[in-house]
Amino acid sequence: MSKSNFTRRGVLKTGAVAGAGMALPQYLRAQESGFTNAPGASEVTFGFNVPQTGPYADEGADELRAYELAVEHINGGGDGGMLNTFSSKALDGTGILGRELKYVTGDTQTKSDAARASARSMIEKDGAIMITGGSSSGVAVAVQALCQEAGVIFMAGLTHSNDTTGKDRKANGFRHFFNSYMTGAALAPVLAAQYGTDRKAYHLTADYNWGYTTEEAIRASTEAVGWETVNSVKTPLTQTDFSSYIAPVLNSGADVLVLNHYGGNMVNSLTSAVQFGLREAQANGQNFEIVVPLFSRLMARGAGENIKGILGSTGWHWSLQDEGSQAFVRSFGTKYGFPPSQAAHTCYVQTLLYADAVTRAGSFAPCAVAEALEDFEFDGMGNGKTLYRGADHQCFKDVLVVKGKENPESEFDLLEIVEVTPVDQVMYEPDHPQMGGAEATLGECNNGA
Amino acid sequence: MDQIIVQILNGLDKGSAYALIALGLTLIFGTLGVVNFAHGALFMLGSFCAVILSRLLSSSHEVADPDRLDFLGNPAMNKVFYVQDIFGEAAGAAIMDWAVPLAILFSIPVMIGVGFIMERGLIKHFYKRPHADQILVTFGLAIVLQEIIKYFFGANPIQTPAPEAFKGSLDFGVFLGYEANAIMYPYWRLVYFFFSAVIIAAVFAFLQFTTFGMVVRAGMADRETVGLLGIDIDKRFTFMFGLAAAVAGVAGVMYAPIVAPNYHMGMDFLVLSFVVVVVGGMGSLPGAVAAGFLLGILESFASMPVVVDILPGINQIIIYLVAIVILLTRPRGLMGRKGVMED
Repeated sequence: MSKSNFTRRGVLKTGAVAGAGMALPQYLRAQESGFTNAPGASEVTFGFNVPQTGPYADEGADELRAYELAVEHINGGGDGGMLNTFSSKALDGTGILGRELKYVTGDTQTKSDAARASARSMIEKDGAIMITGGSSSGVAVAVQALCQEAGVIFMAGLTHSNDTTGKDRKANGFRHFFNSYMTGAALAPVLAAQYGTDRKAYHLTADYNWGYTTEEAIRASTEAVGWETVNSVKTPLTQTDFSSYIAPVLNSGADVLVLNHYGGNMVNSLTSAVQFGLREAQANGQNFEIVVPLFSRLMARGAGENIKGILGSTGWHWSLQDEGSQAFVRSFGTKYGFPPSQAAHTCYVQTLLYADAVTRAGSFAPCAVAEALEDFEFDGMGNGKTLYRGADHQCFKDVLVVKGKENPESEFDLLEIVEVTPVDQVMYEPDHPQMGGAEATLGECNNGA
Repeated sequence: MDQIIVQILNGLDKGSAYALIALGLTLIFGTLGVVNFAHGALFMLGSFCAVILSRLLSSSHEVADPDRLDFLGNPAMNKVFYVQDIFGEAAGAAIMDWAVPLAILFSIPVMIGVGFIMERGLIKHFYKRPHADQILVTFGLAIVLQEIIKYFFGANPIQTPAPEAFKGSLDFGVFLGYEANAIMYPYWRLVYFFFSAVIIAAVFAFLQFTTFGMVVRAGMADRETVGLLGIDIDKRFTFMFGLAAAVAGVAGVMYAPIVAPNYHMGMDFLVLSFVVVVVGGMGSLPGAVAAGFLLGILESFASMPVVVDILPGINQIIIYLVAIVILLTRPRGLMGRKGVMED
């Protein structure tokens, strides 16, 4: 009969000591460095929080592709993409401050609570130093607030609501994507030039935060060029058949329908509008027009032929001919076989901008990184010269006014650029009423730990 | 007045979809006693039958076009459709254009097969289980089906247009003496309404005027006695499950041009259809149809801007509000039978 030297108490003691020992380096690193999730000497981890399930899963998949490409380029793989055209030359393809870049992913499900849970898990369990991604403003605002509390940087993905860098702005949060105000400022002059200034608009608005800020921005900018708003109707986010909302439009006295809808809502409301003959209709002695303020190529594909000739705005488009855009399209297209979406572009750029800021700051400490990003001016990332404004952490760059293409040459060739609106035309003061007014503040940067 | 007519037309159209789904749902409940939460997924699968046939008919091979470049600067590829190779350019284009109506023929055997597999493979094992178990397993099945569709077709809606001949709108108001553009109604929605009416009439005629239908109705009334007469009622009920699946399927096919198919559309209709069945009376076929049209019309009226201005949010709760009122005044629904789900 053999006798074991192990006792239950001994195993428990050993386990507790070993567990504490394994946990200690992370804790000590945090204490020594003074910030959350300070990376080890060899690698650093980013958290990519994208919708992998739910209605925006296709955009999430494209975001993830862009993130993987950015990681590859930062670690020295592939053709380098925009690292070759980026005006800052701090990144040299050897990772970030000598550490190899790793990543973990989370699924936002396009639900604020799920997005916060996955971000929290990546911060607390996986040690992510930075969280990025998302395809919804509700998610962006929720995750940004979480990152602020946790003391990590949040680099927003596709979020277009004014509130993300308006009334809900945070010191630890940064947005590269454009916003509703910029859409209004870019779109209104083109609408006035193409459809005239004597127009009466009817708004259908998705009944949630992004819908409200977009309607407010488009109303303000179109009314400033002489348009009148005859009616505005909120539509439930879950609506699929918009016929009841479209049918009264022609008899309302309006001659323009503005669809403040995104994603499936936009596809379905536009389809209903076209079915009810609005595109061929006449009202007030003019052709009836439809406007979709925010276009995305992925959504345009869902709308099919219905988007032909319809004006809207977009953050970036693969057909841009600047060096940065072309380098990104080449890298992405070679790796995946199709051109990237605007969501992919903003996520790729955000990753590079964060990595660059860390390198310039010489530190992963969130407040040092934030300082490096604030009022940082750069070029070579598409959209021309860009400013990351320190006052609200919003990027200012050219905005594209686009139109559904009449004769597309491929399944990706759905939008044509009507005008590249210069950045000066879409600038606003940080305390603009649409952005939360004088009460909106970033608060204090939080290093966490 | 013109707005009231417009909303009645819209309501008939929505009601057609509700009625067709609820008809199948209540048919399954009436015959098999199963509360089938996967019925909305059958509607969704029907819609994707239209997408699949449309893609099959549009399958192509590529030929390099030396005069054009793709986004990477390589020679662009032109699509050459097989259907045009086989039938010629004009006939091939017409076949692709009529993909949705053709998908009805495609969807019927597919959906009967899906219904048969669903019933024999899973649902029959739950006949003697409580309704709560049936709801859980069929709801789980609905989620599995929609995730399978999302895996293969993605999360975005897929545009599946009606034939060119049915695009555009009918100026309905002109027939009623109104000025032009007062009451516009899309041609395809009219087609959908008449199609639904034909399907509903066909199902009723089948149950009313055929021996098979008579046996099924007898089985719905007293399953045990019919069984004692030596009739294999289970086999007939399995067929009815397939028929209900086919009805949901063709309803989905024809709905594809109205709302672009997406993986979630079954769930969007499921809850409303259940409300329709409950309001109509569990197991009552005429009740399901009547409630479908009633709730469709009420929902349309509740979405009118003038109504929403007076009662904000009414458009989102009207159906449930009406359901509460009807169930309080008529607990068995509009045409519910005594004894159904009352044990």
